[in-house]
Amino acid sequence: MNPQQESEFDSGALKPYYGKLFPFADIFKWMSYGHDGKHPGCDQSYFGRREFSFTLKGDIYLRFQSYNNAAELENSIKDKCPLKIDIGPVYTVDPAKRHAYAQGGNNVFTPVERELIFDIDMTDYDDVRYCCEGADVCLDCWPLMTIAIKVIDTSLRDEFGFKHILWVYSGRRGVHCWVCDGKARRLTNEQRSAIAEYYRVYKGNENSQKKVSLTGGALHPFLATSYTNVLKDYFEKKLLTNQNLLATEERYEKILSMIPDESIASELRGRWQDNRRSSSAKEDINVVRWEQCKQLLQSGKHKGLRRCVEEIVFSFTYPRLDMEVSKHMNHLLKAPFCVHPKTGRVCVPIDPNRCDEFDPTTVPTLFQLLEEINNEGLRADVNGEWSGTSLGNSVRLFRSSFLEPLQKACKEDIERSYNLKLQQSKNSIGW
Amino acid sequence: MEIVRPHSHRNLFSSNDAASAPTIPLYRSAPPLEVRLEDFESFAIDRLRVLKGISDGLSRGKKPDEMEKLVSELWKVNMRHQHASEVLNKDIISHFVLRLVYCRTEDLRKWFLSMECALFRYRFRFLTAEAQRAIMDEFDITCKAVNIMEFESIKEKLGQVARSMGQPLPTGDAIFYKVPFEDVPELVAGRRVLLSQGYAYVAMNQVVSLVATLFRSQLSKTLILTNRKWTSSIREQEKHRLTPIVEALCSSYLGPDFSQPKEYAEISLKDIDQLAKTSFPLCMRHQFDKLKEDHHLKHGGRMQLGLFLKGVGLNLDDALAFWRAEFSKKVGLEKFEKEYAYTIRHNYGKEGKRTDYTPYSCYKIISSTPGAGDHHGCPYRHFSEENLRAALSRMGVNSRAMEDVMNKVRNRHYQLACTLTFEALHGVPCDAGINHPNQYFNDSQKILQPKKDSST
Repeated sequence: MNPQQESEFDSGALKPYYGKLFPFADIFKWMSYGHDGKHPGCDQSYFGRREFSFTLKGDIYLRFQSYNNAAELENSIKDKCPLKIDIGPVYTVDPAKRHAYAQGGNNVFTPVERELIFDIDMTDYDDVRYCCEGADVCLDCWPLMTIAIKVIDTSLRDEFGFKHILWVYSGRRGVHCWVCDGKARRLTNEQRSAIAEYYRVYKGNENSQKKVSLTGGALHPFLATSYTNVLKDYFEKKLLTNQNLLATEERYEKILSMIPDESIASELRGRWQDNRRSSSAKEDINVVRWEQCKQLLQSGKHKGLRRCVEEIVFSFTYPRLDMEVSKHMNHLLKAPFCVHPKTGRVCVPIDPNRCDEFDPTTVPTLFQLLEEINNEGLRADVNGEWSGTSLGNSVRLFRSSFLEPLQKACKEDIERSYNLKLQQSKNSIGW
Repeated sequence: MEIVRPHSHRNLFSSNDAASAPTIPLYRSAPPLEVRLEDFESFAIDRLRVLKGISDGLSRGKKPDEMEKLVSELWKVNMRHQHASEVLNKDIISHFVLRLVYCRTEDLRKWFLSMECALFRYRFRFLTAEAQRAIMDEFDITCKAVNIMEFESIKEKLGQVARSMGQPLPTGDAIFYKVPFEDVPELVAGRRVLLSQGYAYVAMNQVVSLVATLFRSQLSKTLILTNRKWTSSIREQEKHRLTPIVEALCSSYLGPDFSQPKEYAEISLKDIDQLAKTSFPLCMRHQFDKLKEDHHLKHGGRMQLGLFLKGVGLNLDDALAFWRAEFSKKVGLEKFEKEYAYTIRHNYGKEGKRTDYTPYSCYKIISSTPGAGDHHGCPYRHFSEENLRAALSRMGVNSRAMEDVMNKVRNRHYQLACTLTFEALHGVPCDAGINHPNQYFNDSQKILQPKKDSST
């Protein structure tokens, strides 16, 4: 976003935001995973073993904060007014008391549960977007995030069988994903790494030529489905023209360098160098050139080059995850509904089914929300004050598409494992 | 030692025909055997030779078929016994002794776990189909075979997976096992299985990966239990008998520990540019140069280079000064202090968990996964050929040595490539091979330092 908006942010404005708008109760319900009820199977210590971490003004980091209930969490946040709230794992013991347990020598203070998380950041795409760079995003490059959501969300559901998935706008230049099924929260680091690796196609670092290398006689079904259902269309219908991927010499050379066959590359180069304006002016030059490129590569004359079309598309579209975030249980991730300190935008949930419609430039900002409360007058609502503001839809989405189904599943889980335990203890008495 | 699953404790090791029909015990419970004290130690040393050999093979980047040969050879040489009937007992006893030796710290457990699993994996491949099936039964796998109806419905996708790995299409009588994806992390990571609704479809020829994972998780759990037992009773009870043996066993074989620089107590900040030129391995030299050039390194690079420098003997204050000098040119002093100084102190065990982190070994560096904008990793593995050639010639490797190095790289012997580079630059053979960037540094200094002393 622009520098003007950046300077708009002032931590003083956070007080009314936490005071009136931040959905504490929802965050608490979420993080309790059903253990906030009266059921005898509930683990009353569960929420209290979760690490929260705050960034305060003046770059003060407070790690290992923990709370026993919703009121403690709410009071602490209202009191400290953090610029950023991070959520960590659930540990074996209350993280605030970790030092007491560390004495024993045997490390009893270890993470036991953590959502499977993904962090996708636009800065990792700087070599394939020309509209902005670094921390900036615009509607021309945002489709890269839409693609990531679609590809990863579909796979998490259909392939890994997860159901409770929350996507959140990171407030500036990317998206976060929280997979919250019980099964996901209990994955080991090795299993997390395996999932992250499963999604990794981009293998080059700065020093290797080819960034994506697809080998073998066919694409793995996951890659094949992603390609036909998402990547291909977004590349051809959006990114090719949005980003002008083939419009200038410098840019098309980048794509030509990915073609292993020198004769094809030079044939294309020849055509693109002289017939700069000869094709019909109506048609987009990127589209025309891409069609020529595809046609030559897929002509069949050169076996082994068909994969090259896919490699180019993957290079320019396929999701790039920050692997380290997903691989370990103890990575922190910013809580939803935080306000990004640079943009002032709220980290709102994104509906994966309608992620095409998501527009990062219209996400409500802190100041916009505060103005809305002031203008509305304090219209009391049972739901809290957010419901009348632009944040209303976001909180409603969070509840209906994520929190409510999650809570239902958690309660069923607790019931089931409680009954199982009862059954087992009965059996052992009988014996 | 604890009995983990008493009901499945079949007497795998008591059968007389153990030698004629080899099998692998699953080491679920400590053997009710009497062991002579000298066997206790010598069996353990024999097994340790096998595990150490596997560890060396893996870090030299040996390919699976080479590893298979190596393991079979190591096993034959070290694990035989004059009485055929005792072979299986030796296998079991040596495992349980080493379990005691290696249960005692997180790092020891990690090493033992990976080496035992590698051993298990290669031994499993040598078994007859029947013996394999017996082990699969032990892990309740055989009952998870996919029925014909389900097979038909996913046949096409299974074929796609096979072709993506360059393997023939599965035939009608092919057996697949349907297991939770969590049980085959390695196959998931390599995108070598079909996934659907949380299940992975594992082909018969991939079963070793599944069995190895189950073996691993069983061993991992029991190592923790062994550790508890060790600290709570065995150590004290056996104070005069076993404890000294156990404590001596691991230290003599794990190789040097580079967490504390020993030989060259400290290096000074002003020498570092010179040292980088003469004694840094390529991976560190490259990052060092990039840092000087870009005044920035991403997280993976800061860890790899930072811990190396720590191992080389750069103290915390100098390390902070070193990183500050570069980073502040790019991000400014304030941002450096706010965002980067913490992780440097963290590496030195001064923040957070307060773990004193150890420098990365070649094994860890080779298996890292650098992404866009990253400069860490092993150049021999992660660079393109052209970039690697350019980097080597900048280092001063002549064209003849270059071809030898590239040859090793093509055969994926990254550490041997690094060893050859070392030899080319120092003009001295390095018989032990390079296993650790800090070893490269120390060996290089050993060669260069005396010369310097005599010339001044």
